Amino acid sequence: MIFALVLIPTLAGLAAFLIRPDGPRRGLLMTTAVVQAALTVAAWIVRPAPVFGGWLALDALGLLFLGIISTLFLAAAFYAVGYLRHEEHQVERDFEEGFLFANAPEAVFTGCMLLFLASMTLVTVSQHFGLLWVAVEATTLASASLIYFHRHHRSLEAAWKYLLICSVGIALALLGTFFLAVSSAPAGEEAMPLLLGDLVRHAREFHAPWLKAAFLLLLVGYGTKMGLAPMHTWLPDAHSESPSVVSALLSGAVLNCAFLGILRAFQVCAAAGLAEFAQELLVGFGLFSMAVAAVFIFGQNDYKRMLAYSSVEHMGILALGVGLGGVATFGAMFHAINHSLTKAMLFLVAGNILAAYRTKISANVRGVARVLPVSGALWIAGFLAITGSPPFGAFLSEFTILRGALEQHRATVAVAYLALLAVIFIGMATPVLRMAQGEAVNAPQDRGGREARLSVVPAMALGAVVLLLGLWIPQGLTNVLQEAARALSKGF
Amino acid sequence: MTMQPATLIPPLLALALAPLLLGVINRTKAVFAGRRGQPLLQTYFDIWKLLHRGAVYSRTTTWVFRAGPVVGLACALVATALVPLGGVAAPLWFPGDLFLLVYLLAVMRFFTVLAALDTGSSFEGMGASREVWFSALAEPALLLALVAVARPTGSVSLSQILAGLTADQWVHAGIGFALVVGALIIVLLAENARIPVDDPNTHLELTMIHEVMVLDHSGPDFAFILYGAALKLWVLGAVLVGVMLPVHTGSAWLDMLVALAGMLGLAVIVGIVESSMARLRLLRVPQLLVSASALAVLALILAMR
Amino acid sequence: MSVDSILILVALTNLMLLAYSRLGASIRVTAAQGILLGLLPLVASPHAGWHAALIAVGSMALKGVVFPRLMFRALREAKVQREIEPFVGYNVSLLIGVAALAVSIWIGQQLPVPGATISSLVVPVAMFSILVGLFLIISRKKAVNQVLGFLVLENGVYTFGVGLIQHTSLLVELGVLLDVFVAVFVMGIIIFHISREFDHIDTDALSSLKD
Repeated sequence: MIFALVLIPTLAGLAAFLIRPDGPRRGLLMTTAVVQAALTVAAWIVRPAPVFGGWLALDALGLLFLGIISTLFLAAAFYAVGYLRHEEHQVERDFEEGFLFANAPEAVFTGCMLLFLASMTLVTVSQHFGLLWVAVEATTLASASLIYFHRHHRSLEAAWKYLLICSVGIALALLGTFFLAVSSAPAGEEAMPLLLGDLVRHAREFHAPWLKAAFLLLLVGYGTKMGLAPMHTWLPDAHSESPSVVSALLSGAVLNCAFLGILRAFQVCAAAGLAEFAQELLVGFGLFSMAVAAVFIFGQNDYKRMLAYSSVEHMGILALGVGLGGVATFGAMFHAINHSLTKAMLFLVAGNILAAYRTKISANVRGVARVLPVSGALWIAGFLAITGSPPFGAFLSEFTILRGALEQHRATVAVAYLALLAVIFIGMATPVLRMAQGEAVNAPQDRGGREARLSVVPAMALGAVVLLLGLWIPQGLTNVLQEAARALSKGF
Repeated sequence: MTMQPATLIPPLLALALAPLLLGVINRTKAVFAGRRGQPLLQTYFDIWKLLHRGAVYSRTTTWVFRAGPVVGLACALVATALVPLGGVAAPLWFPGDLFLLVYLLAVMRFFTVLAALDTGSSFEGMGASREVWFSALAEPALLLALVAVARPTGSVSLSQILAGLTADQWVHAGIGFALVVGALIIVLLAENARIPVDDPNTHLELTMIHEVMVLDHSGPDFAFILYGAALKLWVLGAVLVGVMLPVHTGSAWLDMLVALAGMLGLAVIVGIVESSMARLRLLRVPQLLVSASALAVLALILAMR
Repeated sequence: MSVDSILILVALTNLMLLAYSRLGASIRVTAAQGILLGLLPLVASPHAGWHAALIAVGSMALKGVVFPRLMFRALREAKVQREIEPFVGYNVSLLIGVAALAVSIWIGQQLPVPGATISSLVVPVAMFSILVGLFLIISRKKAVNQVLGFLVLENGVYTFGVGLIQHTSLLVELGVLLDVFVAVFVMGIIIFHISREFDHIDTDALSSLKD
């Protein structure tokens, strides 16, 4: 079953490169997404057995992130089909600078999207650090061409930065992986195979300085991909220049994949008794990322970039939650779900706004609620959800992390956390509410309040889930979240 | 420190044969260019001729201008007394004499530069500034290379270092020695104003480095400068040959012959380099010299392990 | 040829990359470095079996033949010969290289390897390659040079892996190789697009996205 999870999207992706007509290819995209989601649900009900000598297995953490990825991809696939129908095949005019550009061939786009799904799935099921690295790098490569879908100089710049910065960061993570192997051979013995379970079991005997260096390198390496400040510089560019559906996947799924890499390293550190060392680093990076995001969100006039910086903020919150430990770890795990779903929904809605208004400058967008009633409502709901307002899920998870900070008597951290959240709330509220309200001044075509179904239903579904999670968490989910949090606090 | 008569051989050979090296270099270049070239002993004739001429001094120059060539030659003479050849120790040796060698060369350059500046000519000032710039980069390379060779023998005296080197070490740490030799060759070419750093035969003052500084010297002064330059080439060449050919056959005469053959071979190599390469652009010269330092540092790091 | 001499030649190639302005020469030097590193496992453990040999030959073919061809193609498309005005000049680059070498030696002394290694030079040379790679990426403007920097960085990590870890699994090594291959391939494609879009491959022109 684990094989099927990885192989189906891989084969479908390769097939998508070859299928000529658009209809069947789009059908393939949707079918694969549905099959993947169904398999994921099955994996949640009955945990599949490890395969391939324990290299591929689903533990609670993997299951959690796999769930996020499959849900997002399901929504994104349907949205993408609507998006591709809308995007013309001929040359288009750029709405910022007025030059003409073409899009990448649709087959390449679909194929890369499916391979992207395959590589992300591989990240969640990898129990071997080397394989994990291979999979994370593969996500970078598959998504680089997605960012360069619109063939013009800005997206080219974004794709180049993304590819170069993330590849360099991930090369450091590979070095960290090697350090980990060295630390596992304390007295001139042979290094162990880097299987998570084995490493966690023997972590106490590891060579501490090398293990610390390994964690640092893995944190910086995967942290680059995750978008932790100050290694986040590729993130706003990539998110603002790629098609909105890709932004949604990047923000909601890829960042989490990289986070999973850090969590795996954290598990080994925790088992080796170095949890405090790792936690201090995570708290530091977390708060710094939140602060940087707060600075850049304020006065940000590009709404897609604003959402991108919000992702930096939330990655900071996740790192902070794990760094605080205790109940905050549970909160961080829950927050990963909330953030991913909400952010994906916001990016999908941003795509609708962009398609209607043809500008990314928030000051030029007015009256979304009138022109696009559904998207307008979702835009405001998404804003409330992402800033942690009740009754959405993010409120619960952010509050749990705050509780964790207070239970540990870390008042400074708690105060900084609350202050940054408040600043970001204000920073985001101004442009978002301005965009939603008022008279529509320069919406080019009034569609009489009608919106294409494929462009709003995925976002609505994601929003509904986030709202539901704020009101009621299913027992099955709680169990997995608790198991994941336990794995992080004890290392297994 | 007792001085043995045999130790006088290396400096005497230097005094006698140094100008011959220039002759060999020029002859090699001539052969490569398809000419017959000057006689091998041309440098001797030039020095002899210059010594019999009177010197002309500009009224704007002071005693510094006259002191330059004399101090330069004196430094070169002392330097010859520090360098061993072919297994025979130098007449003067003590721990740390390799630093004295480096600084004697520096003093020589310093006075040449002062004399050049004393003329007040803009050409000579330009040459002086280039000389100082390049030698500031060449000096660390020379020092680091010497220290890298000194390290495995555990001594800081040139005579002992070169006596302590054996062919065995070339086999074991060949790559380290190769790095040192590379660095020393670059320093040798740069310090003696050879191609690719400087062109001794150029006729355009703007492109000169060393030659332009000594334009105003004449007569015996210029003979001193010429002879001093020849000695400097010999001194650096002797160090290089000592590192490249650590032959200890047991017979002092044989060792000496090998060393002399090495010196002539070196002169031929320099001639070949000059014939086959073009002069580097001035801006690229520092890069060459910094690379020499980099090679020397790498060699030193290897030796330190 | 001993392990030590290979590692020193690798360090020398790094210094050469810092000093060269001609892109063609840099590509060749990087290729030579790749081949040297491919030889490393074969020299270090000549009896390691067929799978080590397979990896070595594969990585030599990739880094010594395939990557240079890709890069030369990019050069032809972009019609550039040399990097004229890097952010950091060549002399300063070399001096920084020498300093980086010293830092790498220092790091090597700070992190004594607990297990067995093939040479005491492994950690310093690997660190040196990593530092030089990072420096090339940030100090050069031409996209080709930045890709070479990435390759040198990757080579440094590879040196570390070969030198310190005796048994890595075939699957992971193949995966790493494949990833690096695809990364360079995709970068080559992007360079091609950059040269078509901007008529040059100076990455400092990629500056329209900022806050």
